[in-house]
Amino acid sequence: MGKTVVKKMLFILSKATLENVYAAFVMANGARMEGIESEIFFTFFGLEAIQTKKLNKLSVATVGNPAMHIPTMVGGLPGMEAFASNMMKKEMEKLDMPPVDEFLEILSASGVKLWACKLAVDMFHISEKDLIEDLDGILTIGDFYNRADQEGTQLLFI
Amino acid sequence: MEAVVAGQKLNLTEEGYLTDFSQWTKEIGNEIAKQEGIEMTDRHWEVIKWLQVQVQADKALSVRGIKNSGVLDIKEFYALFPGGPLKVSTKIAGVPKPKSCI
Repeated sequence: MGKTVVKKMLFILSKATLENVYAAFVMANGARMEGIESEIFFTFFGLEAIQTKKLNKLSVATVGNPAMHIPTMVGGLPGMEAFASNMMKKEMEKLDMPPVDEFLEILSASGVKLWACKLAVDMFHISEKDLIEDLDGILTIGDFYNRADQEGTQLLFI
Repeated sequence: MEAVVAGQKLNLTEEGYLTDFSQWTKEIGNEIAKQEGIEMTDRHWEVIKWLQVQVQADKALSVRGIKNSGVLDIKEFYALFPGGPLKVSTKIAGVPKPKSCI
């Protein structure tokens, strides 16, 4: 089997729904497991996933999500979001998927760089002490693009 | 496919994993490690031994499992086996390539 041509994966996570956060985490971790460098840039709502007080309270989108196969009106009922999120978390635990806080620890220990977007941090009035300790820093999008510094780098917006 | 590793005829998968663990010897592990560019130390062997015990006990291997192993942490795992530690270490250990995505 030949060596992979992908050398570095840069993920931009802009959403805070559980399914999107996990998609970014699984792919970023999977890259490291294949010997590919990987980094995540948390911007806009994606910042929720690195705010200590919020990261374990993320939920699945039950409204405007056709894959839920429930009518939008039902998806909007009180408690639906929590119900669906708990279901998903249980299923993920069965697959040995770690919760968000533990997943972030694993990512950081695996060498995934974690960056917060400066513009979004300023916009949401977030201070550094609200963010996880494993964070590698706060960057502008320009700084982040500069990290696409080698051939075989891919950028992915989630 | 058949291949000769460390002077022994072996059955390997296309990616170079042993298909029969009973054929494994430390010499074979060493030879595979060399091909992967890894200089084996006592610490490497400790981890390899642990992986083999896990697989024999039918436990699935994952990076999360390494974190909870009590044997080594993830950082050390990546330092010992650079370039995809689970993939590389299992090849050296003569056990199947893990199917886990995490």
